[in-house]
Amino acid sequence: MPSSSIEVRDLRYRYPGEHHDALTGLSLSVSAGERVAVLGPNGSGKTTFVMHLNGLLSMQSGEIAIGDTSVTEDHLREIRRRVGAVFQDADDQLFMTTVREDVAFGPANLGVTGDELNALVEQTLARVGASGYADRNPHHLSGGEKRRVAIATVLSMNPDVLILDEPTSGLDPAGRRELIDLLAGLDQTQLIVTHDLPLALQLCERSVIVSGGQVVADGATAELLADEALLAQHRLELPLGFDPSRL
Amino acid sequence: MSGAHGSTVTRLYVAGDSRIHRISPEVKLVAVFAVVVVGAVTPRTEVVAFGVYVVAALMVVAMSGIGLIKYLRRLTVIVPFILFAFVIPFVGGGEKLNVAGVALSVDGLWAMWNILVKAALGATMSIVLSATTPVTNLLHGLTRLRVPRLLVAIISFMLRYIDVLVEQLGRMRRSMVARGHDPRWLWQVKPIASSAGALFVRSYERGERVHQAMLARGYTGVMPTIASQRASINEWIAVMVYPAVCFGVLMLAVV
Repeated sequence: MPSSSIEVRDLRYRYPGEHHDALTGLSLSVSAGERVAVLGPNGSGKTTFVMHLNGLLSMQSGEIAIGDTSVTEDHLREIRRRVGAVFQDADDQLFMTTVREDVAFGPANLGVTGDELNALVEQTLARVGASGYADRNPHHLSGGEKRRVAIATVLSMNPDVLILDEPTSGLDPAGRRELIDLLAGLDQTQLIVTHDLPLALQLCERSVIVSGGQVVADGATAELLADEALLAQHRLELPLGFDPSRL
Repeated sequence: MSGAHGSTVTRLYVAGDSRIHRISPEVKLVAVFAVVVVGAVTPRTEVVAFGVYVVAALMVVAMSGIGLIKYLRRLTVIVPFILFAFVIPFVGGGEKLNVAGVALSVDGLWAMWNILVKAALGATMSIVLSATTPVTNLLHGLTRLRVPRLLVAIISFMLRYIDVLVEQLGRMRRSMVARGHDPRWLWQVKPIASSAGALFVRSYERGERVHQAMLARGYTGVMPTIASQRASINEWIAVMVYPAVCFGVLMLAVV
């Protein structure tokens, strides 16, 4: 399974019509195969940042490279194959009328057709534990099932990097655990944007805190989460009674 | 969030494996359309031809295994038209026919019969089509019939998101009701109007997010073809026998 490094240097971005930069010189370097949690309060620029990684927002200033390919207009097609983005609301990700078509959408755009496409869909669904869901309507899946199928829709493109925006939001505890198991079993480089600090601790050795449009802390998840002053400064809170040192 | 019950989209499909179910969607669409057109252009006085159409249509219904009760229940969608049709003989002009002391317009009676039989035939074809073809397959059929991909995509998105929208509307309604909103009069309509507006804005935003999700998976403005194999010539011939027979009957009747 391939995986790629991510290099982000001095990324700045201002939304049209706004007076403040959403990203104020964000730099981050992630090695191939690493799993990193991106933490931070609402409005800190996390989502704006990850939307740059596969060119959904075009860069105003700075540099991004996935492996040795820079994210520019010329490489957009390749970048979008290599960087799989899983959005927060699975209803946005699953827009076709059957699970099969949704999982097939990405590879079909890349030119995969016929039996090869069908086999790929079956294989990908099996990988996320959703075999037999192919002909279901995405609307009728449970929250956890939707999330896993949403991940399948990008895995089918065989990406090197996975970006997950709030993957556990709205899941019940069992659905959350199944999702964690799934993510832990994938070899791609992963960036997990989340408010779920226990999730970060469980899945990611390393975390970064994004606040005010830049990376303000970068280190071992266990250490960051033990620093109460740091967390409080950036509106992050552990669940009541949760002790990161005892995990 | 889950909406497994009462989905607007899949409600019409009746699972089964009849010969009608197995026909490729594009063939079925064309055959149904052809039968409806032949029925629509048949002059109303050709009672025998309509007799043949009705018998043939009922045979198709029987073959599809939908079940008579379900079929009749769905046929009730034409009731509003029938009610209208029943008025015509009473108000129509021209030659009158005395039935049990009531003067009925002959022309009106023909008009009534015309509406009745054509509506029933058209509805029957639609019922068979929708009950034996999953919506997704219908969309594939449209694609294979060279309906513009963009148009098929728009229909597909509508079908995908209609339930999401209905749920959203339901949540907004509940939240209004929970806060004591109980509209009875026209001047209480404002919250409904503003919730319709909010729903529009939310749908628009959802559209943008879906578009981004599509771009993220390599969408370049053309919907990819995912549909499976096309119908064979033999299938086309076998199925088109049905509209061809109807057309033959029409020709025999009018020539």
